[in-house]
Amino acid sequence: MSTTFLLVQTLNGLQLGVLLFLIAAGLTLVFGVMDFINLAHGVQYMLGAYFAVAFYSVTGNFLAALLLALAAALVFGIVLEFLIFRHLYGRDHLDHVIATFGIILFLNSAVKIVWGAAPLSLPIPEALSGSILLMDGLLYPVWRLVIIGSGLAVAALLYVFVNYTRIGMLVRAGSTHAPIVAALGVNISRLFTIVFGFGAMLAGFAGVMIAPILSVEPGMGDTILILAFVVIVIGGVGSIRGAFIAALLIGLVDTLGRSFAVDILRLVMAPSPARTVGPAIASMLIYLLMAVVLYLRPTGLFPARGR
Amino acid sequence: MVRATAAVATPSTQSRHPRAGVVVPAIIFGLLALLPPAALATAHGYLLDLFTRVMIFSIAACALDLLLGYAALVTFGQAAFIGLGAYAVGILASHGIGDALIALPAALAVAALFALVTGIVCLRTKGVYFIMITLAFGQMTFFTASALAPYGGDDGLTIASRSTIAGMPLLDSPLSFYYVALACLLGAFLLCRMLVVSRFGRVLRGAKENPVRMTTLGFEVYRFQLVAYVIAGMISGLAGFLLANATEFVSPAYMSWQRSGELIIMVLLGGMGTLYGAIIGAAAYLLTEEWLSGVTEHWRVIFGPALVLIVVLARGGLIGAIAEVARRWRGD
Repeated sequence: MSTTFLLVQTLNGLQLGVLLFLIAAGLTLVFGVMDFINLAHGVQYMLGAYFAVAFYSVTGNFLAALLLALAAALVFGIVLEFLIFRHLYGRDHLDHVIATFGIILFLNSAVKIVWGAAPLSLPIPEALSGSILLMDGLLYPVWRLVIIGSGLAVAALLYVFVNYTRIGMLVRAGSTHAPIVAALGVNISRLFTIVFGFGAMLAGFAGVMIAPILSVEPGMGDTILILAFVVIVIGGVGSIRGAFIAALLIGLVDTLGRSFAVDILRLVMAPSPARTVGPAIASMLIYLLMAVVLYLRPTGLFPARGR
Repeated sequence: MVRATAAVATPSTQSRHPRAGVVVPAIIFGLLALLPPAALATAHGYLLDLFTRVMIFSIAACALDLLLGYAALVTFGQAAFIGLGAYAVGILASHGIGDALIALPAALAVAALFALVTGIVCLRTKGVYFIMITLAFGQMTFFTASALAPYGGDDGLTIASRSTIAGMPLLDSPLSFYYVALACLLGAFLLCRMLVVSRFGRVLRGAKENPVRMTTLGFEVYRFQLVAYVIAGMISGLAGFLLANATEFVSPAYMSWQRSGELIIMVLLGGMGTLYGAIIGAAAYLLTEEWLSGVTEHWRVIFGPALVLIVVLARGGLIGAIAEVARRWRGD
């Protein structure tokens, strides 16, 4: 059982990592380009899932729901940026924290009013439901493979976008030398809006993709947000590449830690204390990893150049 | 970031009345001391519990203000220390040790140790990294507490009875518990106040304005910040000790990151860098919560946008706003 189990858990870890990357990418861009701490990023992930559920109940088609939800997430991100965040750039980080915290309180409650507090669910599209036999004795849900695949595809697209397009070039320049980019005649505030909306859309995409295997409920974005923060801090704020590597690392360490902590501890201690201590250690693992990384490299593994 | 914090704090420091630092705290503590007789005389006994809670969070908010307002250390994991203090009480009580003479030192020691160990790592980082790493350590304690199956795990841990003090059940009556909490708040406030005006506090404030200059002057800023971090952790541990006794229950929710966020809001709401502002902010936050949650269960829908507005429009918190009004009134 052991090899198969290890493979399944590795795939699960990869899937969590890819999901974390989708959220962390937007977060690290907004951090890097605008020096803005957006705690409300997790709420955008939640809204993506809720939008998908709402549009699915109207259209009955997953693809349509996905596209409409992405559009809605994009628009919502841009509206938030226009109404609130725009007024906070250049302010103290503490102001960012409080204002976006207020947005979290509001949206978590607003979602409860609109859709109710009970968890909702989104069905997996018919063609992609069920499991596939990857190797002898290893059945794996197709949808999880779809999540991994689409996440990796988005990562590749993002890489091309940031490195080989004009807007990508501006984003890279803006993340290290925003005032100079503005002085060269680039409309930096429009660039900020684009980056913000795009980040919100990525988070929304993550929310839509995960909705079929998790329950869609108020506050679902809060836990994943913290994980995404751990990811960008380990990866280095502002670095997409760092976010990608750190996301996979965190996904794998967290998933494998939770699956094997008890077994590993049983090698060195009695079964009953191992069962008690194991889960506690497993849930601390990624934070310890972050502490070690930051102790050795206080600006993360791949700090964006120029900071 | 350091620059921006200074810019927020400076106007309120300048526009504040010179004697405000003595008068306002005297009024606050006078009112708190007179509240119980008034509440009991008018049959509003529930106010005692409410204000005990206010004072407990005020203690933690004062500690946080020491870091936020005087050292420019934006920590997003302060609730962890409250939780550690509370869990020290809960775990000891579940083993039959219910005396404050053991539980309180244990709570303070656990909080101090955790602050020291995490502080060594956290304080190496700056700015956004510091915010995130303190947040992550806070989450670490949260998930660890959730995984502590023998002590209730997710569900939390009920405490059979409040701590005794040297064998005497001094915390059992709401009235005496109220005054114990008031004494703790006064002690915490005076301690923070002493620290802030001492040489130690001047080094911290100097490092907040310009860390490079302080380092060049020969101060090891890192050590001063670490000591401040540990002290703030211990004071929050005291708040945790009181909170566990007030609710006779401990749960991982005490250390959720939302709780840390609420503490920051309390400090900002009152006005950062004054210490008494933290008390006003804690009272304003908890009383508003109490009032709004009585009006509608979706009180956060009102409270969230209000926070955003306060941040966007009013700098320097309630105290700053009041000072601003007073300044215009005097016609400056």
